[in-house]
Amino acid sequence: MITATIDPAREADLRELIASMNQQPGMADPHNPLIPFFQFTQLHFARLVILEANTNDDIRDYGVEPSAWPPTLSFVGDVDGPRNLFLAELVVRAGDGLRRIFSHCQGFEAESDNLLDWLKTHDVKPKANYVNWRGRTVVQIREEQALGEALRHQLAKESDSAGDGDAQALYGRLKAFVDEEVASLRLRLTPPAPTPPGLLIANFVHLVGVPLILLALSPLFLIAAPFYALRLRRLEESDPENIPRPTLDHVAELAQQEDYLETNQFNVFGQVKPGRFRNYTIRFLLWIVDYTARHIYNRGFLTRIQTINFARWVLIDNNRRVYFASNYDGSLDSYMDDFINKVGWGLNLVFSNGVGYPRTRWLIKGGAKFEGKYKRTLRRNQLPSATWYKGCPGINAIEMARNTRIRKGLEKSNPSLRDMQKWLSLL
Amino acid sequence: MTTQSENSAQTGDEFADMQRLVRYGNGHLPEACFLLLQVKNAPAARGWLQNAPVTNAAEIDPRPPAALQVAFTAAGLQALEVPTDIIEDFSTEFIVGMNADVNRCRRLGDTGANAPSNWDWGNEVIPHLLLMLYAQTDELQSWIDTVEDAAFASAFEVQQKLVTATLGPKEPFGFVDGISQPEVDWSNRVSTDLHERNDYINKMKIGEVLLGYINEYGLYTDRPLLDPRLLPAAAILPRAEDNAALHDLGRNGSYLVMRQLDQKVAEFWQFVDSASGGVAAEREQLAAAMVGRQRDGTPLIEAASTSASAEKENDTPPDNQFSFDFDPYGQQCPVGAHIRRANPRTGDLPPGTSGIISRLLRTLGFKRRHPNEDLISSTRFHRLLRRGRAYGPTLVPEDAISEDAIEAERGLHFICLGANILRQFEFVQNAWLMNSKFAGLAGESDPLLGNREPLFGGEATDRFTRPRAGAPARCHAGLPQFVTVKGGAYFFMPGLNALKFIATHADGDDK
Repeated sequence: MITATIDPAREADLRELIASMNQQPGMADPHNPLIPFFQFTQLHFARLVILEANTNDDIRDYGVEPSAWPPTLSFVGDVDGPRNLFLAELVVRAGDGLRRIFSHCQGFEAESDNLLDWLKTHDVKPKANYVNWRGRTVVQIREEQALGEALRHQLAKESDSAGDGDAQALYGRLKAFVDEEVASLRLRLTPPAPTPPGLLIANFVHLVGVPLILLALSPLFLIAAPFYALRLRRLEESDPENIPRPTLDHVAELAQQEDYLETNQFNVFGQVKPGRFRNYTIRFLLWIVDYTARHIYNRGFLTRIQTINFARWVLIDNNRRVYFASNYDGSLDSYMDDFINKVGWGLNLVFSNGVGYPRTRWLIKGGAKFEGKYKRTLRRNQLPSATWYKGCPGINAIEMARNTRIRKGLEKSNPSLRDMQKWLSLL
Repeated sequence: MTTQSENSAQTGDEFADMQRLVRYGNGHLPEACFLLLQVKNAPAARGWLQNAPVTNAAEIDPRPPAALQVAFTAAGLQALEVPTDIIEDFSTEFIVGMNADVNRCRRLGDTGANAPSNWDWGNEVIPHLLLMLYAQTDELQSWIDTVEDAAFASAFEVQQKLVTATLGPKEPFGFVDGISQPEVDWSNRVSTDLHERNDYINKMKIGEVLLGYINEYGLYTDRPLLDPRLLPAAAILPRAEDNAALHDLGRNGSYLVMRQLDQKVAEFWQFVDSASGGVAAEREQLAAAMVGRQRDGTPLIEAASTSASAEKENDTPPDNQFSFDFDPYGQQCPVGAHIRRANPRTGDLPPGTSGIISRLLRTLGFKRRHPNEDLISSTRFHRLLRRGRAYGPTLVPEDAISEDAIEAERGLHFICLGANILRQFEFVQNAWLMNSKFAGLAGESDPLLGNREPLFGGEATDRFTRPRAGAPARCHAGLPQFVTVKGGAYFFMPGLNALKFIATHADGDDK
C-alpha cells in the first residue's frame, strides 16, 4: 500500500483526476490511460482511496484531543509475486499517470524524483493480510474461467440425452475436447509455477517459529493473564460507544459504487482506542490474524466466511489509526449480516480496539451482535474508493474454486467412475 | 434482560393494539381492495383517522365481517404534520422509500423493465396512505362505501384503487401459495441465544414483525421513542419496554412493504412447455423445479422426514415441515428454486453440528462437508410475513400453453410485514432472490422473479439449472422475464394507539 499526504490546495484537482479514470462512480475503466490496469496480469484488485478522518472527533469521548490527519492518498493493490516486481512494472507501464497523480501529494517532485524509489519509501506493509486462496494467480483464474466456459458451451452442444446414461463416455468426450482445444492453443492451462525454495523455507520457519515464540512466552502470559483480564473488563465497561447514524449523503456516496459487480470494495478507516493497552492488544491480535491467514486460512475460507477475496489490516499514523480494506463477494447487507452471525467474535477481537465500536465482553462477546449499532459504526467509518479495479470480473471466489476443481478433475490420472460422475456434476 | 412476561404479547391488550393483519391474513374475507391515498387536507385527514373503523387483532367470535387496515409512508406522516424529528427516528429505508434511490433500485433488481420510471404508481407521486379493505363475498363495495364517508372525501384523494381477485389458494401461475409463513412466537418461548439455534425452526420472535419487542438478536429495533413531558400527546402511547421514561410510537406497529408484481402467466407456461418439448409430464416437472413445489403445494423435498433435528411444530402445516439439509446439491429441489431462495431454511450453524468440539470446529470454519456448504446466512434473521393478494382473471396452465391464450393483467399485490426492511425484505430480495451468485450458483436469478438483466460486466442472469447426481446439471437458458414490478412503496402500519397519536398529535395546537 502506497500512502502520501495530499497537498490540501490540490485535493479537489486530485479527485477530479482520479474520477477521470472511472467509467462509473468509483469503478475504474480498465483501459484508463493514467493507470491502464488491464495490462497487469498479476493484479487481482487495485484501488485508490483518499483516507479522510471523518470520525476524528469521536476520540474526544475518551478525553483525548484528536490529532490532525490531513487527507492521504493511498494506492492498494493485491498482486501475485513479489511486490517490488509489481512496483517496477507499475513504473514502466503507468509512470506518467502515477507522476501526475502523486504530484498532488506533498513532497513529490514529478520531474526530479525517482518514481520507483519514491513508491518504495511510501510503501506501508499491512499488519495482517488475508488472501482467499494463496498461490492462485490471476493467470490461473482466467485460464480456468475460460476452461469452465468452454466446457459449458461444449456441453450445450451435446445432445439432450447426454449425461443421462454414460458418464464415462461423456467424460471422455469432454476431456478429448479440452485436450484438442489446448493443443490448438484455444485454451491454455499453464502449469503452476513452483514456489521458490527460499519462500518455502521462510514459510516453514514462520509456521513453526511463531508457535515456538508463543510457547516460550506462555509462562509470562499466564502470569499477566489475570491483570490483563481485569484491565480489559474495566475498559470494556467504561469505553464509550459512538453510534450516531451515518448521514444519508454519506451512505448514498458509498452505495453509489456498490453492487455493480459480484464483488465489492470496502474501506474502513478509524482510530485505535487511546492508551497502550489497546494499542498492544490490536497489534498482537493482528499478528495472530496474519499468522492464521498465512498458514491456516489460505484455502477459500476465513473461519466461516467464504466471500472475502482479499483483506488487509494496516496500522498507520504511529499505530494510532487502523485502515481495513477488503474485496468481498455479494452486497454489503449480506456481508454485514454474515459477519455478525458467523464471525461476530472474530470481528470483535480486532475492531473492538477501535474508537466507537459497540461494547464487547471478553473481546469476543457482544460488539457486532448489537446489530444496529454495529451497522451504523461500520457505515460511519467506511470510506468510498476513489477508483477500484477488479482483474477477474464476472466470477466470485466460489466459482474460482469450482473452476479449479474442474481443471483438477480433468488432470487426474485414472479417474474412477465416481470421480467422473462427480466431475460432471460440477459443470 | 427483560423477563418473558413483560415481553410477551399474549395479553389481550396487546392484540387489541395491533392491526389484525399482523396476526391474521384475513383469509375468511375473500374480497379485498387496496386504496392508495393522497392527503388533501391534513386536519380533515387526522379527523377521519380518529374515527376510522380500523380492525384490531383481538380474537373475536364470530370473526369480523369486514376489516380495515391502514398504513402510512414517510411522506404520508409528513403530510399529516407529524414532526420531522419523529419521522427521522424511523428506519432509513422507510424514510428514503423504495424508489427514490437508484442504488436501492439496483440492489432490489428494480432496473430495466422493473425500473420505477415504468411503474403504474409509486414513482412520481408517492402515496401517503394505504387503506386495505377486506370483506365477505359480494360485500366489498358496501364496505368501501361505509369507509369512504363524507369526511373521507374532504380529507383524501384516491390516487389508485388496486383491486384483487377473490381469494383462492393459488397464485396466478397456478401454484398453491402462502404455505411457508413464519410462525410468530407470541408466547415468547424461543431463545435468541446463538448457542440454542443451530437448526432452522419456523418460529420467529415478535420483534421481527413488530417494533417495540425483542427481535432475533435479542434486541429492540430502533424506532421513535417520545417523551410525554415534551410532547403531551405521546402519553397515549404504550411505554417503551427498553426505556420506561419514554413512550413507544413503534410498539405493535410494523413496516409494510407493498409491491405490485405483474405476472405473465401465458408466457411462463409457454416457455416451460417449449423447454419441455411439449411433453406434459416434463412441463410439470420443470415448472415444479422452478418453484420448488408441485402445483398443489407438495414440496419437492419429502416433507417432515428430512431434517433429523427439525422439531415437529404443531402449528406448521406438513407441507412446510422440511429443510434442505439432506439435499445439499439441489438434486431433489434445485438450489435456485424459488422457495429455496426465498426461504433457504438454514440454521445458525451448518447441519449436523452437535457437541462442543464440533461447534468449535464449525465456528472456526472447518469440517465443511462439501464446497458450497455454509454459504447462506442463517434464515431466522431474514423472514417475511406475507400478506399479499392476487389480482386478475384465472388462467389455468392447460389453457395458458395454447397460442391464443390471452395475457391479461394478472399478478400479485405483494405485501409483507417486518420490523426491519433492510434486513428482511431488502436482504431476501437482493441477496437471495435477485443474486445471480446465490449459494454458489452462477448466471441465474430467481426463476420466477428474476429481471434477467445482465450484470455490469455482461454476464447473463437468465439461466436456470437443475442439478443431477453424477451428471451435468440440466441447464435452461434464455428465461424471459415473467414478473415485472408495476409499483411499490414502504409503509408503516402503526399500532392502534400509535394511530391515535398520529391522528391527534396536533390537536393541542388548535387550542
